[in-house]
Amino acid sequence: MTETTKTAAARPPRPGTSWRRTGTASAHGTPQRRGRTLRRITPWMFLAVPLALLITFTYVPVGNMIYYSFTDWDGVSPDRNFTGVDNYSQIFTRPELFRVFFVSFYYLAASAVQIVVALYFATVLSFDLRFRNLFKGILFFPYLINGVAIGFVFLYFFQDGGTLDSVLSWFGADTDRAWLGDPTSANTSLAGVSVWRFTGLNFVLFLGAIQSIPGELYEAAQLDGASRWQQFRHIIAPSIKPVLSLSIILAVSGSLSVFEIPYIMTGGATGTSTFVIQTVKLAFQFNKTGLASAAAVVLLVIILLITWIQRRLVPDDKVDLV
Amino acid sequence: MGKKKTLAGALLAVATLTVAGCSGGGTPSAETATAPAEPHEVSGKITVLTHRTDLVQSGAMDAYAAEFKKTYPNVRVKFEGLTDYEGEVKIRMNTDDYGDVLMIPAAVAKNDYPKFFAPLGPTEELTAKYRFSDKTDVGGKVYGIAQFGTANGFVYNKSVWKKAGVTKWPTTPAEFLAGLRAIKSRTDAVPYYTNFKDGWPLVQWGGNIGSVTCDGDAGNKLAGPVSPWKQGGELNVSDTLLHDIVKGGLAEKDPNTTNWEASKGMVAKGEIGAMMLGSWSITQMRDAAEKAGAKPDDIGFMPFPAQKDGKFCATVVSDYQQAVNIHSEHKGAARAWIDWFTEKSGYSAKEGAVPTVKSAAMPDTLKDFVDNDVTFVERSESRTGQVNAIDNAAEIGLNTPDYRQKLVDIARGAQSGSLQEFFADLDKRWDEAAKTAGS
Repeated sequence: MTETTKTAAARPPRPGTSWRRTGTASAHGTPQRRGRTLRRITPWMFLAVPLALLITFTYVPVGNMIYYSFTDWDGVSPDRNFTGVDNYSQIFTRPELFRVFFVSFYYLAASAVQIVVALYFATVLSFDLRFRNLFKGILFFPYLINGVAIGFVFLYFFQDGGTLDSVLSWFGADTDRAWLGDPTSANTSLAGVSVWRFTGLNFVLFLGAIQSIPGELYEAAQLDGASRWQQFRHIIAPSIKPVLSLSIILAVSGSLSVFEIPYIMTGGATGTSTFVIQTVKLAFQFNKTGLASAAAVVLLVIILLITWIQRRLVPDDKVDLV
Repeated sequence: MGKKKTLAGALLAVATLTVAGCSGGGTPSAETATAPAEPHEVSGKITVLTHRTDLVQSGAMDAYAAEFKKTYPNVRVKFEGLTDYEGEVKIRMNTDDYGDVLMIPAAVAKNDYPKFFAPLGPTEELTAKYRFSDKTDVGGKVYGIAQFGTANGFVYNKSVWKKAGVTKWPTTPAEFLAGLRAIKSRTDAVPYYTNFKDGWPLVQWGGNIGSVTCDGDAGNKLAGPVSPWKQGGELNVSDTLLHDIVKGGLAEKDPNTTNWEASKGMVAKGEIGAMMLGSWSITQMRDAAEKAGAKPDDIGFMPFPAQKDGKFCATVVSDYQQAVNIHSEHKGAARAWIDWFTEKSGYSAKEGAVPTVKSAAMPDTLKDFVDNDVTFVERSESRTGQVNAIDNAAEIGLNTPDYRQKLVDIARGAQSGSLQEFFADLDKRWDEAAKTAGS
C-alpha cells in the first residue's frame, strides 16, 4: 500500500485520468488525508492521558454522586432505591440543614480581613525593603504546612492555659478563658486560624501580579509627585484587578465549603459545624449517602451560582496600563 | 480515524470500569464457613482486617499468628491494621476485596449481613457456647463472633475518692454528684472528665442502657416510638447525670481541648476523679499509670450509680464481631482463625475483657465487680438492627458523640435551651423516625 501511494505521490496524475481509477490506492491512503487526520488527532493523543485521568477521577465520581443523590443508598448496602427528588426536598424543607451556612459568615468576614492584610503586605514588600525575602518567606510559610498539622498545633494554642493564654498573661491580660468554649469565640478562633493559614496564598498571588507592573510607571508617578497611597490607588489596584476578583471568588467559595480546620479542631461541636462537616456526618455517621450526595450537589450549585453572579457584576475587563 | 476510535473506546472503557467497580460482583454462595476437624487439612493465606493498629505495629498480632501456625501449619495469616477502620472498610465493602476475616463495621445494616458475610452456623448452636451471638443473628444463622465483651462503668482514681472522703460506691446519681462535689472541694483533681473533644468517650454513656434498670432487654425496647428520653427511661437517667455533672461545674473547664491520650495519665496521677468508660480501658489506664510513675492499683472501676433491689448492675456488651467475607476463597481457614483467636489465643484475658466463651472466667480487671456482687447483665442485641435504623433516620446518633456533645454544651450554657426541651426534641425525632424506619 505504501508503495503505491509513494508512486502515486511522486507522479502527479495525468489530466483526464481519475485517481480512483488506479484502484490500489484507497481514499484514506492519500498523503493529504492522512496528514490531516494525523494533525487532527495529534492534540487528542497528547490529551489522552490527562483526559482519561480527568474523566476517571472527576467526571465519573461527580456523575455517580448526582446519581446517588436521587437514591436512598446507605453507602454499603448492595441495594439502593430510586427516590426521585426526595433528598433535595428534604434539604430545602429542613431548616436545620441550612442553618449551618450562618457559620460561613465568620469565615467570610475572616476572608475580607485576609485579603486586606495580604494586599497590604504584598504592596509593602513589592517596594525595595530590607529583609524583603525573609518577610516574604515568613508570610508564605503557613500555607506550606499541612492543614491537619495546623489543626493540632492550634488546638494546643487555644487550650486552657495554652500558648495564647500564656502569651496574654505576659501582658497582664486575664487568661481565664476557654477560647473554643462557646460558639462565638470558637468560630472566631477557627476563622482566625484560617486567616493565618491562607493569607500566604493570597499574598503570593498579589505579589506576583504587582511585580508584573513595569517599574517605569512608578518612576513616572514619583516624578509627578504621587504619594505611596496614590500609587497604590491608581497603579497597583487597577492592574491587579483580575487577581483580586479571583481571590474574592476563591474566598467566597472557600468560606462556604470550610472543612478541615473546624473538623480537626472541634469536630463541628459547639456550633462550629459547617455545611461540609454536616454533609460528611450525614454520609458517614448516619449512613445517608443519598442525602449527603444531594447536599454536596446543592453546595456545588450554590458555588457555581455565586461565581456566575460575581462574574456578571464584575466583568473581567482587560487591564490597560498604558 | 482508527486511533480516534481507540481513544474514545479507551475512555469509555475506563468510564464503564469505574462505574462497574462500584456495583460489586456476582452472587457468591451462602454456604456456612466451617473449620475442618483436622487442622492439617486446612490451608491458604488469609488476610485479617483489624482496627487494632497498635497491636499490629507492636508485633503482638504476629505473635498470635505464629502461635496459630503451630496448630494449623498450612495457614498463613496476614494482618491489615486500619486506622480509620469504620470509614475504610465501609468503602472497601463496595468491592469483593475486604479481607478474609474482618470486624463487622457498624455501618452495615443487620439485614444485609447475608450479602456480605458467610454464615458461621445456626444461632441455637452458637448461643449455647458464645455470648453476644444474637447480635449478628439473621434468620436463625449467626454471622459474627465477638472478639470479647466489655462491662460498663466509671474508671476512677481510688486515692482521689478516698481523699475526698468517699469510700463506698455511690448508689444513686445524687450520691455520685455529691462525691464529685467533695472531690472538687477537697482535692485539686478535676472531678469528672468528659473527653468531649475526642467524642467517642461520650458514646460510652450509651453503654449504660440496661445498667439502670438491670434489664438485659433494655436495648431492644428502644425499637419503636417509645420516647427513650421520657422520665424514668434508661437514657433519661444516664444523660441527666451527665448533664448535671457538667452543669454543676464538675467537669473540665474547656471541653473542646480535651485529649484522650493525656487523660489516661491524668487519671493515673490523680488529676482526674472519674471517667465513664468500658472495662476494656482498665488495662490501658494501668499501663498509663506505670508509665507516669503512679500506682496502677489506684485505678478502680465502679458501676453506674443505680441499684435495683439493693444490687448494682453492669451491662456487658460485645466488642467488634469477627466475620468471614462471603467472597473469601479460604473460608475454612478464616473460620479456623476466628475460632482459635476467640477461644485459644488468650486475647480477651490479656485485654482484661469479658470472654466471648460462656464457660471462661471473668477477667482480673473486673475483680471488684465480682467481689461486690455486681450483677452482670448481658444485653440482648437481637433488635439492634432496627434500633440503629431508627437512630440513623432520626439523625440522633446513639453511637456517635454529636447529641451528647450538644447535651454538654447546653449544660454549660454554650448553647441555648434546657435539658427538658432537648429531651423532648430527641423524643419527638425518635418517635417520628420510628414510624418510617426499619419497619
